[in-house]
Amino acid sequence: MSQPNPSGHAAAGNDDAMHEHHGSLRGYLTGFVLAAILTIIPFWLVMDNVIHNRPLLVFIILALAVVQIFVHIVYFLHLDTRSESGWNMMAFIFTAVLVIIVLGASIWVMYNENVNMMPMSPQYQHHPIGGPSAK
Amino acid sequence: MLEAMPHRAAIWNFVFGRLTYHSFPFLNPDTEGRILLVTFFVVFIVGLAILGAVTRARKWGYLWREWFTSVDHKKLGIMYMILGTVMLLRGFSDAIMMRAQQAYAFGPHMGYLPPDHYDQIFSAHGSIMIFFVGMTYIVGLMNYVMPLQIGSRDVAFPFLNNLSFWFTFGGAIMFMVSLFLGDFSMAGWLGYPPVSELQQGPGVDYYIWGLQLSGVGTLLTGINFVVTILKMRAPGMTLMKMPVFTWTTLCTSGLIIAIFPVLTATLFLLALDRYVGTHFFTAGFGGNLMMYINLIWVWGHPEVYVLILPLFGVYSEIVPTFSGKPLFAYSSMVYATVAIMILSYLVWLHHFFTMGSGADVNSFFSLTTMMISIPTGVKIFNWLFTMYRGRVRFTVPMLWTMGFLFTFTIGGMTGVMLSVAPADFLLHNSLFLVAHFHNVIIGGVVFGVFAGVNYWFPKAFGFKLDEFWGKATFWFWLVGFWVAFGPLYILGLMGVTRRLSHFDDPSLQIWFVIAAVGAFLIALGILSFIIQIYVSIRRRREYAVGHDPWDGRTLEWSTSSPPPDYNYAFIPIVHARDAWADMKAHGYERPREGFNAIHMPKNTASGVLIGALAFGCAFGLVWYIWWLAVASLVGVIAVAIAHTFNYHRDYHIPEDEVRQSERSGNWQQAQGANA
Repeated sequence: MSQPNPSGHAAAGNDDAMHEHHGSLRGYLTGFVLAAILTIIPFWLVMDNVIHNRPLLVFIILALAVVQIFVHIVYFLHLDTRSESGWNMMAFIFTAVLVIIVLGASIWVMYNENVNMMPMSPQYQHHPIGGPSAK
Repeated sequence: MLEAMPHRAAIWNFVFGRLTYHSFPFLNPDTEGRILLVTFFVVFIVGLAILGAVTRARKWGYLWREWFTSVDHKKLGIMYMILGTVMLLRGFSDAIMMRAQQAYAFGPHMGYLPPDHYDQIFSAHGSIMIFFVGMTYIVGLMNYVMPLQIGSRDVAFPFLNNLSFWFTFGGAIMFMVSLFLGDFSMAGWLGYPPVSELQQGPGVDYYIWGLQLSGVGTLLTGINFVVTILKMRAPGMTLMKMPVFTWTTLCTSGLIIAIFPVLTATLFLLALDRYVGTHFFTAGFGGNLMMYINLIWVWGHPEVYVLILPLFGVYSEIVPTFSGKPLFAYSSMVYATVAIMILSYLVWLHHFFTMGSGADVNSFFSLTTMMISIPTGVKIFNWLFTMYRGRVRFTVPMLWTMGFLFTFTIGGMTGVMLSVAPADFLLHNSLFLVAHFHNVIIGGVVFGVFAGVNYWFPKAFGFKLDEFWGKATFWFWLVGFWVAFGPLYILGLMGVTRRLSHFDDPSLQIWFVIAAVGAFLIALGILSFIIQIYVSIRRRREYAVGHDPWDGRTLEWSTSSPPPDYNYAFIPIVHARDAWADMKAHGYERPREGFNAIHMPKNTASGVLIGALAFGCAFGLVWYIWWLAVASLVGVIAVAIAHTFNYHRDYHIPEDEVRQSERSGNWQQAQGANA
């Protein structure tokens, strides 16, 4: 703890938390191997031209990236339902919900605005986001 | 891209950046220059008087040791409240200048403010009122009250708390400096591009870096408060036994952590556009200025709930205390708060219905906006039913609360009108909108701050505030608000748009004159508030009260007024909601023996230093004084690292001193209980 804790009872709570979840060598190795595999697969898919269906390829790579995120969270950040009496998990879910809302809705909003507002004249057709004019 | 540097020897450009003799607008021989010159002299003389008084009283050492370097949440809370009041005066003088201009500038009269000056005034008014009045006040209240309410001796990270204050202070100083050095943004309080990208000069850069400083401060505060509430509650205080003000502090802090990074990132992208020629928000080259508006409101809408939630907490403390009964339906109040916290992320598009997202997107955000009025309505009924059949005492905090219930409900209803997307196409950017958000921010936030100040002042200083001037403040504000903003509702419905410095149609003038009268009444309200503070300090012996003057219900009223540095000699044990009311009902006797030494954090100068260096960095960036910016940034990092090597950051208050202060503390029994 970087600060002296002014109240004794809370300090005790912090000590408990610090003794949990140091992670083990086994956990780190498992995480490392999984992360390596999940990184190698997309490289292999792209470099050896395994899948010719491009949308499918992009989807697979993104899906592997999401799995990769969870591997990092579980094995390196040691997030589980018990740490800090569940508050870490709570904070994580809260963050995830917000990120999904903000990113998802922003893409939805901006897509609709581009469709509705941008194709005014032919000169804009080649620039789906913004026109050719400089500031 | 960077603007061209002044034509002069390179060495001067190196030393002073783009700062020149012409950067002092009060030296210009035009109207704007003359107004600024008078302001400059007034500020200069008042500032000199204050500095002189402090020097004469030999208080600099005292201020430095006891206040500036203090990590005590109570002192920081008071410093935030003082900063908020000073900034309120600045923000309000902008307001009254706009009201005067609009009441006068009709037809052939162009008014006394040229358009470019008027644009700076409304931009400064909005940003100051939100960031340095609203935010500063709520952080001050939360800082003072929350740790006391949860029975803690300080916040979780006392040094970080001090650092947050100095970041906020640095941001406020940036805004103040812009008055006399260079100019200010003309792009409104949210700095929309393309205006904010095209404006020459340092104005928008002041806006960006001032907000970045205060944004860092606010974010650190949010983290600090969440950890404090989750980790440092008194034993027995489960989440559902927390006072509602603590609940709202928790939700507001959660919101702050989630949204302030968005503001920082958005302003940083805007800064990149202005400084290094990227095209995030330009109209061409792949940029998209709608994205700025989208991102800034992803921050901006939750931000207004950051402002109002703590005040909902304040009202939830005041109403039960002065009705003499527990809050009606505590759990529904808590769930309403949490619901508002989540829903506030789902409504931001209602700020730009007219930007063309189409019917499906608009309907979605229109519905979520209407939905958020449901938990807010639940809260209103909670307060009303708490008062119902209670023994209501009409004290000043209670008057503000009733004024709030009346004013805020009407503001909320005009908000529901604006949430109807087709109606919004007519009302967007009109004075109706201006009246609406002043209705909820003045009626909700400002009234709540005054209610909270009157309620907790005896706790902080050991004497009550003057009743007469308190009531005068309230009536001037309440009447003044309606006289000032009623006409704006009417004008807005007639189609008058906001941010205009001149009008042609003379039939509108009468409404603007009435609005100016309202602003004058509010000015009397602010004056009454200052008189109230002054009179109360003069009569502090007469107004002295015990530790529980209102017959309070929550823990902060169980310690002496003002509380000792360590808040509680013994950490209280909580058995019920309204812990102090419960303790009183069970005949609680405070312990008089068996004190122990208390472990406390030490004061530190690192916060002031880092704040000052961060200000230097921001100032250097605004004026292109690169050596200053780089040196200050290196300084910030160096001081932060050096601070981590400071191992003497705590001490023990010896047992004798604790016993002494517990004996001399102000422990009279409740006086207000019979009033």
